[in-house]
Amino acid sequence: MIIVNKPGFYTTIQDLGRFGYRRFGVPVSGVMDEFSAAMANAILGNKPEDAVLEIALGNVELLFDIQTVICISGANFSPTLNGRGVSMNSPVGIHPGDVLRFKFPRNAALGYLAVAGGIQTEIVMRSRSLLRGVTKFACLAGGMRLPIRSLSEMKLVLGGLKEVDDAHFNASEISVMPGPEFDHLRTLEKSAILTRFFTLSRDCNRIGFRMAETIAYVKPSPMLTGAVMPGTVQLTPSGGLIVLMKDCQVTGGYPRVLQLTPSGISRLAQKRPGDKIRFKLV
Amino acid sequence: MKSEYPIFKPFGSAALIVEWPTKINPIVLDTILDYKNVLQAYYHKVEVEIINTYNSITILYHNGIEDIYNEILVLKSLQLSKRDLKVRRKKRWFIPVCYESEFGLDLEEVSSNSGCSIHEIISMHTDPSYTVYFMGFMPGFMYLGGLNPRLHIARKDQPRLRVEKGAVGIAGAQTGIYPAASPGGWQIIGSCPVNLFDPSVKEPCFASSGDQVKFVQVSMEEYGAICERSYVPEFELL
Repeated sequence: MIIVNKPGFYTTIQDLGRFGYRRFGVPVSGVMDEFSAAMANAILGNKPEDAVLEIALGNVELLFDIQTVICISGANFSPTLNGRGVSMNSPVGIHPGDVLRFKFPRNAALGYLAVAGGIQTEIVMRSRSLLRGVTKFACLAGGMRLPIRSLSEMKLVLGGLKEVDDAHFNASEISVMPGPEFDHLRTLEKSAILTRFFTLSRDCNRIGFRMAETIAYVKPSPMLTGAVMPGTVQLTPSGGLIVLMKDCQVTGGYPRVLQLTPSGISRLAQKRPGDKIRFKLV
Repeated sequence: MKSEYPIFKPFGSAALIVEWPTKINPIVLDTILDYKNVLQAYYHKVEVEIINTYNSITILYHNGIEDIYNEILVLKSLQLSKRDLKVRRKKRWFIPVCYESEFGLDLEEVSSNSGCSIHEIISMHTDPSYTVYFMGFMPGFMYLGGLNPRLHIARKDQPRLRVEKGAVGIAGAQTGIYPAASPGGWQIIGSCPVNLFDPSVKEPCFASSGDQVKFVQVSMEEYGAICERSYVPEFELL
C-alpha cells in the first residue's frame, strides 16, 4: 500500500484514460503529459497503460508499507525520500516505512510517480483515472490507501534509462494541426493564431487551458454542437482561445480552430499560468 | 439532401468527421444513425469510438489512422453502399418529473416571460416526445430536441453556482435533465427522480441516440417513492 499522509493540492491517479464511453458523455481523462508518464512507466518496465500518480502543485507526502521500486518523472518537485534528495527519471528502491515527499514544482507543472506494476486502485469504466461523477473520489485525500503490487508476485524487468528532452519543458512551440473549423477563419485571424504568443491565464486545469489574450475575430454563422477532444482549441465568441485538456467535455459549440498533436498536449500540460506559448503547424 | 453532403474531414491525426447540413432535425439524425450502424459493423474489430451529434459523426481511432485519405475513401464508399443496414429499434422512455414549486425554481420567470400559466407550461413540456440526439456536456446528459417554441427562453443572466442533480431545465430551444449537480444557467422548471448515469453498470445510461423521451408529471409523493428505489423508467418500442 501507499498511505497518503498529505494529499497535496491536486494529486490524481491517472492511466491512459477511458476509451469507449464518450457516447455516454464521459470524458476521456488520463495523464495530461503522456510523454513524462510513459517515461516513468518505461523505466520501471511497466506497461504504458499502468496507472501513475499525477501531482499538480505539490505538497505531497506518501508512506510505503511494502517493498517496491518507483520512478519519478515530469516536473521537478524537489522530491525527497526519508528527507534525502532522490533522483528523477531512474528507478528508486523503496522499503517498508519509507516516506516520499514532493515540495513545489521548480520548472514545470506536473510530476509523475510510477510504481512497479502500476497503482492498483479500482477500475471504473476500463480506467483508474479519477474523475468527479465517475469515480468515488476526484483527487487524493489524506489517509487514503492506494494498493500496489508486491515485488514477490511479479517479475520486475527494468526498462533502462531514457534521455529527458529539455525542450519538452522549455520550448514554447506547441505543435498543432488545423482544426475542423480552421478554414472558416479569415486570413488575418489564421495568421494571428499561428504567429502570436499566447499567455496561459490562471484559468487552467485538467478540463482546459484558457489563454489570456484575445484575437480580433469576426464571428462566422453559428455552428451546432460538435465533438471535441483533448487538444481541441476552441475560439470563443469574444476571440479567446481555450485549449481543451484531458477531462474536457465530449462535445462543444465553439469553432474548433486547431487540434494539438499528442506531443503538443504533453508539452502544454507542463506549462503554468504566465508561461507563453506559440502554436506551430506541423 | 444536396449531394455535396456529407462532408468528410480529418480531425487531428486520430479522428475523422462526417458532417451533414447545420440542422437540428430528426430526419437528419436518422440518416446519421443509419450510417453510424454501418460504421459500427464495419469497424467491429478495430478499436474505434463512433459518436454522433445533431449533424455529424466523429470516428476516433484508438491507435491512430495509418492513411487518412484512404480512410476517408473507405468512409465514402460505406456511405454510398448502405450495406449491413440493421433495423434500429427505437424506444420511447417515460421519465417522471415533479414540477412542484420546490423544484421548479424558475417556473414563475418562465411564466412571466412566455405569458403562459404554470399549468400551461407543464402541459406544453409533458406533451411532446423529445428526440434524444446525443449525450454530452456531462456524463448522462441528453441533448433533447422538440421543445415547444413557446417555451424557448434565454439562459439565466446569472448562472447558478449549483444546480441540483435531476433538475429539469430549458434554455434556448433545448430542454434537458442535469444527471449530477453542477453549475448551470438553464431555467429550472422541475426535478426528475430517476438516476440518469450509473458508472457501475455496463450500460451506464438507459437511453441512446435516436430514442425518444416523454416527461410524465408526478406528485411529490410519487417523486419521493421513486427516489427511494432503483427505478428504471418504463419504455415502449417504436
